[in-house]
Amino acid sequence: MSPEIEELYQEVILDHSRRPRNFGDLPDAAVRVHGDNPACGDEIHLSVKFDGGGSLHDIKFTGHGCAISQASASLMTMKLKGKSRAEVMEMLDAFHNLVTDATNEAPKTLGDLRVMKGVRNFPQRVKCAMLAWRAVEQALEQGAGEATVSTEPT
Amino acid sequence: MHKIATSDVDWSVIRKDFPILGEQAHGHPLIYFDSAATSQKPRAVIDVLRRYYEHENANVHRGLHELSSRATEAYEKSRQRVADYIGAVRADEIVFTRGTTESINLVAQAWGGKFIREGDVILLTVMEHHSNLVPWQLLAERTGARLRFVGVRDDGTLDLKQLPSLLTPEVKLFAFTHISNSLGTINPVAELCEKAHAVGALTLVDAAQSAGHLPIDVQELGCDFLAFSGHKMCGPTGIGALYGRGEILDSMPPWHGGGEMIVSVTLEKSAFKKAPHRFEAGTPNIAGAIGLAAAIQYIEQIGRPAIFEHDSHLARYAAERLTELPGMRVFGPTEERGALVGFVMDAAHPHDLTTFADQYGLALRGGHHCNQPLMRRFGVSGTTRASFYFYNTTEEIDRMIEILDAAVRFFS
Repeated sequence: MSPEIEELYQEVILDHSRRPRNFGDLPDAAVRVHGDNPACGDEIHLSVKFDGGGSLHDIKFTGHGCAISQASASLMTMKLKGKSRAEVMEMLDAFHNLVTDATNEAPKTLGDLRVMKGVRNFPQRVKCAMLAWRAVEQALEQGAGEATVSTEPT
Repeated sequence: MHKIATSDVDWSVIRKDFPILGEQAHGHPLIYFDSAATSQKPRAVIDVLRRYYEHENANVHRGLHELSSRATEAYEKSRQRVADYIGAVRADEIVFTRGTTESINLVAQAWGGKFIREGDVILLTVMEHHSNLVPWQLLAERTGARLRFVGVRDDGTLDLKQLPSLLTPEVKLFAFTHISNSLGTINPVAELCEKAHAVGALTLVDAAQSAGHLPIDVQELGCDFLAFSGHKMCGPTGIGALYGRGEILDSMPPWHGGGEMIVSVTLEKSAFKKAPHRFEAGTPNIAGAIGLAAAIQYIEQIGRPAIFEHDSHLARYAAERLTELPGMRVFGPTEERGALVGFVMDAAHPHDLTTFADQYGLALRGGHHCNQPLMRRFGVSGTTRASFYFYNTTEEIDRMIEILDAAVRFFS
């Protein structure tokens, strides 16, 4: 087994892809985002609830896709619960750097998300890792109602 | 039991004609199973490209100097070679294009723009590559024409029982693929052309997956247009051809304007050359055309019947061996198939599989293969595809099975 593959598909990632956490729908969601990666057909349906202060109170997802996109969504939902908008945006930037920048040191603030670091060796898989994050970014921008987002600019 | 020996071609010698097949990928010998996307190139083609640029390069048709004569002669000889390769009556029935996609767009714009009216019907199939779908959607939007689709049965073949109700007199064109790039289905082109002609429709055959794999004779097939790409049949990228029956090409207006395609130009208007030059505005891909002719010469030395026998055997062998793996779903017909096999596995998503395989030097393709409607038809977002050419071997397929088996264990 190559070390790149071992790093990409760490046990934590395989576990989250097989048994994704926060998988489901929030019936009383404030905003729902349907994200897709047209290059590979991966889809995510994200539902988000905010608390009184505008922080992310609850977040769930459904969808289908590769192990990377599923695990990334699962890990993301665990990480973002209770975070403020500013914290979410900060985390998005940090995560994007983690999966794209070869010199990135993987800051401790990312916690479990650091297991996604191996994606940086596979540039074609960055969009898989970012799909859920693009959806949450859209959810914050939208604030309420329904929205769609794509990893490909249209 | 899986011998490929009925023809007397020594495939191991042929394989050595392809320098790239000696490459390593991630420290493993390359196993190239993505020839349906683009084939590899034999030294004969690479050498011809080099020789052209070293000894013949000039612009065509206009220069009065020696090099331009050489380039023009080589370019037009290539056209004749393409015509002969597919059984066209004359070289004028061959338009050089960038490839299958451009060939189809040419027909949609030049022929469709003139002859398609509101209420007319373009008949397609659910298995079409986006390149034989999107140009017709654009045409339909422009003209008010309607699209209809022949369905695909569970076994990957066209549902021909639907034809009588779909092929009505409003159908002006039936455009369909010869070999499905996801399923490997080989469509009954001659039969489909005959039925289309019976209601007065013209036919266009997408031969992207067949032109380099099996003998094609447009007279026998009876098609009006045939489109294919050079790069999937040992030729360079950026060159392909459109065959159009002579009187039809002559009836079509130009689509791109510019140099090369005119007889005379005034400030207000122009007179255009006859086909095929009327459709080749600007400096063409001269080296590409010459490279395509070299690829054709190379393929013909081996012989298309032998190539088809070898390729389709590899595909059947692969399909059969894949079913040994757990949680495997193989798409497409079992009896007769083109040189590819698409599949999905319970254990892993196509993108995870292809990433995994790549680490062992195995080049597969995962995704929708520009077949989104077909993927939807089969209820999947994508498949993994292994596609073959005559330089591939059963040993490579055995290795693929080992690698996929390792993937099953890794991902489940």
